Amino acid sequence: MTTYTTHFHGPMRGGELHVVIVDNGRSAILGQETFRRSLSCIRCGACMNTCPVFRRSGGYSYGYTVPGPIGSLLAPLRDPRKFGSLPFASSLCGSCSDVCPVKIDLHHELYAFRQELVRQKVVPLYKRLGMAVMSAVLARPWAYRLAGSLMRWILPRLPRAFVYGPWNAWGRQRELPPMPRQSFRDLIKKESK
Amino acid sequence: MNSRDAILASLRRNPLPVSPLPKAPTAITYADPERQFAEAFGSVGGKFVRVASLAEVNTELGKFESYTQSGKIASLIPDVGRANVDLAALKDPHELEGLDIAIIAGEFGVAENGAVWVPGSILGPHRAIFVVTQHLVLVVPAGQIVHNMQQAYDRICLERPGFGIFISGPSKTADIEQALVIGAHGARSCSLFLVGSQAR
Repeated sequence: MTTYTTHFHGPMRGGELHVVIVDNGRSAILGQETFRRSLSCIRCGACMNTCPVFRRSGGYSYGYTVPGPIGSLLAPLRDPRKFGSLPFASSLCGSCSDVCPVKIDLHHELYAFRQELVRQKVVPLYKRLGMAVMSAVLARPWAYRLAGSLMRWILPRLPRAFVYGPWNAWGRQRELPPMPRQSFRDLIKKESK
Repeated sequence: MNSRDAILASLRRNPLPVSPLPKAPTAITYADPERQFAEAFGSVGGKFVRVASLAEVNTELGKFESYTQSGKIASLIPDVGRANVDLAALKDPHELEGLDIAIIAGEFGVAENGAVWVPGSILGPHRAIFVVTQHLVLVVPAGQIVHNMQQAYDRICLERPGFGIFISGPSKTADIEQALVIGAHGARSCSLFLVGSQAR
């Protein structure tokens, strides 16, 4: 019981009682079965305080008024184009879902939202193509082996300006690890002989 | 279509699936609800005083430093407290500013959590008095202690237009570090007099 639990169910004598309804896009979320639970949020902050990401950096650093895992859901629900990157900034460890007092399945919804953003084509084309190539390779062991040996041979022979071209966003601040001469698979084969 | 109709239409388009009502938990009862109430009221930061009569309330109040040092006192109970603020003369809730003590009757107490029900009919037009005052004094008749919230809601009528409030102790808040602050957004202290015979 909180200190003051008020019950307003009518105006005082000679007064008026007004009920103001604010939608703010919530009724549309209500229609989406996967994300409906996020509307139960009471803004207690428990998910933010347990989150390994938001424990380190919170506040407005992610650009939306509501921080934490729940904010990473509510923000793109409000504007997927502007806040579409937020559901990806999560390790999906599930700590938020564990502590949520109103039992919102936060990490499941974050994961589902990533798929939703791909479906809505909010995720840029190069990333969607990259993921398609990646899943095609990872689904076929022979393609994975082939790609591995190709890269180990080709990468050290390519000019640096090419490897660290504008397409390599990862390498802008970082150095790629040196290519190993043999794969882990080769190593295990040799060791177990 | 105005915005209200647009919102309500959108809600009708997106209805929630119907789910059955959960089973109500078994309500807790106590061998001695008055004693339990006194303990619960203390645990929420209130000061519990057991007296035999309203006259005794005045005597006990005289021992409170917050009372004897007070400038502005309002009482909603006749003959209790040396009231010097005429609530009936106040036109605007802002005129309650600077109120040191408000003495208000509570209808009943709840043993489970130390809450006291104050119906709007007691407060009249001064719905804000319990948060504006520095110190709050509640007076509840003995024998008017229910065991739990289920019984409390059975006693309250929410169907008719009105206003009411459960008050449990002084205003307080705690942050995530669990540091409790008494007197955050309302009264800095809350005392309760349980009035009636069979005082122990």
